[in-house]
Amino acid sequence: MGIIKKLPVFVEKFPGGGLVTTSLNYIFNQAQASSVWYLLFGTACCAIELMATGASRYDFDRFGMIFRASPRQSDLIIAAGTITKKMAPRLKLLYDQMAEPRYVIAMGGCTVGGGPFYYDSYAVEKGINHIVPVDVYIPGCPPRPESLFEGCLTLQKKIKKQKIEDWS
Amino acid sequence: MTQYAAVLIFLGLGIGLVLVTFFVARLIRPSNPYQAKNQNYECAEKPIGSSWVRFNNRFYIFALIFVVFDVEAIFLFPWAVAFGQLGLFALVEMIIFICILVFGLYYAWRKGVLKWV
Repeated sequence: MGIIKKLPVFVEKFPGGGLVTTSLNYIFNQAQASSVWYLLFGTACCAIELMATGASRYDFDRFGMIFRASPRQSDLIIAAGTITKKMAPRLKLLYDQMAEPRYVIAMGGCTVGGGPFYYDSYAVEKGINHIVPVDVYIPGCPPRPESLFEGCLTLQKKIKKQKIEDWS
Repeated sequence: MTQYAAVLIFLGLGIGLVLVTFFVARLIRPSNPYQAKNQNYECAEKPIGSSWVRFNNRFYIFALIFVVFDVEAIFLFPWAVAFGQLGLFALVEMIIFICILVFGLYYAWRKGVLKWV
């Protein structure tokens, strides 16, 4: 646990100490929100939309989002596509191996709640919130890049509301 | 002697910068190690054995030979694009250049580097 987590408790004993905490909050959140690197993790057709979003026409890089091939370097896992029961433990492991603080976006109907496989499939996980904690849900089958943008901007808004005390 | 002092200062700065960076990172990063996180990353498969594997040093020689083709490609592409304006001189230059590289490859071949023993 970072020592800085204890800083607010210490600093706010002094008058005006809250200013230090809020400025630090702002700096850290701004830094985190503008460099959300996502893990290359595509399991179905949503991954095609994810690739299109990362490529030059839609250009994810505008939001400071670059894909990383290793979970050690990524802050965000965009679960793009159907997660089968066989893939579920792997998704969990990948999430575990990411550096904290880490975020999850459930992209597409399958990851939100089973999607088209909700009724007639024994093999598909009915929503990845059974496996990992999800921050943002993006419905669609598959969602267009614009929807993915919306989801990522929502995540950035969420990150900007974080407080140092709440860090894990 | 004063020139060496500059080297010393840069050495100190170089080491100090790394140490300060590590220290600041230690202050602000969340630290929550557990077994699944510390496990080797093998694309989410169960890792088999240790990640400290020895590589055959033959790969090193192959990498060196790869550089021959790499350099060739880097120079050939702009040359091909601008070939229309360059004329005969560039053609002869490029043939000489490729000959030098091919000679290097020939040398490596004769040395038996391309054979995997």
